[in-house]
Amino acid sequence: MTFSPDQLAEVRRLQRLYPDRRGALLPVLHMAQETFGHISLEAEAYVAGLFELSAAHVHEVVTFYTLFFQQPKGRHVVAVCRNLSCHLAGAPEILAHVKARLGIDPGETTEDGRITFQSVECLCACEAAPMAQVDDRYEVNLTPEKVDRILEALR
Amino acid sequence: MAERVLMRNFERPNCHTLAVYREHGGYAAWDKARQIEPAALVEEVKHSNLRGLGGAGFPTGAKWSFIPKSHTGPVYLVVNADEGEPGTFKDRYLLEKDPHALIEGMLIAARAIRAALGFVYVRGEYVQPWRRFSAAVQEAYEAGLLGAGFDIVVHRGAGAYICGEETGLISSLEGKKGWPKVKPPFPAIKGAFAQPTIVNNVETLACVPPIISRGAAWFAGLGTKTQGGTRMYSVSGRVKKPAVYETSVSITLRQLIELAGGVSHSGRLKAVVPGGGSAPILTADEIDVVMDVDGLKAAGSMIGSAGVIVLDESASIPEALMVLARFYAHESCGQCTPCRESTGWIYKMVHRLVDGHGRKDDLDTIIDVAKRGAGTTICAFYDGAVGPYISYIQKFRSEFEALCRS
Repeated sequence: MTFSPDQLAEVRRLQRLYPDRRGALLPVLHMAQETFGHISLEAEAYVAGLFELSAAHVHEVVTFYTLFFQQPKGRHVVAVCRNLSCHLAGAPEILAHVKARLGIDPGETTEDGRITFQSVECLCACEAAPMAQVDDRYEVNLTPEKVDRILEALR
Repeated sequence: MAERVLMRNFERPNCHTLAVYREHGGYAAWDKARQIEPAALVEEVKHSNLRGLGGAGFPTGAKWSFIPKSHTGPVYLVVNADEGEPGTFKDRYLLEKDPHALIEGMLIAARAIRAALGFVYVRGEYVQPWRRFSAAVQEAYEAGLLGAGFDIVVHRGAGAYICGEETGLISSLEGKKGWPKVKPPFPAIKGAFAQPTIVNNVETLACVPPIISRGAAWFAGLGTKTQGGTRMYSVSGRVKKPAVYETSVSITLRQLIELAGGVSHSGRLKAVVPGGGSAPILTADEIDVVMDVDGLKAAGSMIGSAGVIVLDESASIPEALMVLARFYAHESCGQCTPCRESTGWIYKMVHRLVDGHGRKDDLDTIIDVAKRGAGTTICAFYDGAVGPYISYIQKFRSEFEALCRS
């Protein structure tokens, strides 16, 4: 488990952007997740070595933030907002619909490794509630029919 | 509706590009500001009555003046783009539609506080806004606007509401978990990487170029006696036209709801969350309040991030509190015992009430638990949770009691 030479150059570039190179830890952890799929204990130890930090410090950081996955995730992540504006616009029905369609609970991944399903706090797109984040993009004004189309398109 | 100041470019095609921004007067304020002494820039912003638009409403010029005059080392400007307050979505629009307004505001602010380096902390979930803003920063470097005395580092968060709290944000920027820090020292004295640091919200800094271009008096005149300008109200929930609305801070909540098309669903208003999830709730009888910092404060609530969530008669207040209590339990960073423990217990108790297994004396227990922790924690997160816990129960007690078994 290592970064490519180009990635290592990028790590050094990021570290130089901050008064203390440790500031680049979150950006480098994002890189690690994109490269390795999730951040395993082995990945934590590897990143720790790039910063001359203890693996325990990196573990503490990784476990604090919701966007870092410690276990393998699906090829796609569907994160349905459950906060107040979405709740008022029918988020419970959307969550129930996704659960029924995928046959899994929030926090789980489909057996074929296709989709990880999450229920999350406010994603700040309340004007278009109910909404969800699907990988990098926001899917808004959801209806059960629209959810079906979105899920079917995920391969 | 008042003149559009912050959203003036939003309808223009390619408004996020440097070419379009410049075509409509962009970076003229920076050209003007670079001829003005830093202390005079601070004074101008003080006179504009600009107040922080991220949540706390602190006077921006006064905050800038807290950088110690004797300090000779680096000073940092940090932009809080970790938008996460439930019901708020304005900064997302600014990052995506007018990123150069933020960059120009940063250039002026950096000159005022003598910072050579700025960080923009964008919440991790905002992937598109992050890309859009990063591209604008790249354009500004290529045009020589950045890299000539001031640099910007765009930093992505990784999912944690507490990083919107300025010292939690600083911890996160330093490569740690986002635990808030004990104040004092305040960030202006000892902030990011142990140097004097000013943390400002995206929208706050986007106000700065118009202030410099058109003058403090003009900006102050747009608002109320104690707060200048317009601001972007995020309106959602049970209204016919949920959207972001820019208007004078002198607007009343009643007028704002009308602007958003009026109440949807049953058509009858029950309650409003006026300033993001952490704002104490207002009843339908309390909406003639002026939507500035001091107006909401006088009404026993807060304007916060100006995220307005409307609840009509058919919405359940206990359910709304359960949703918010779950949020606070999930987002408590765990550092202070009263917050970590109370948010978890209160969520369980409200959940039990909503499930029909609660007792009437649970309501007083929740209020008692909530009050005991208030003011005992390192940051404002728990106090932000206490407002909803207490106000929802006190103002809509009968609705909670109707769910109780005994």
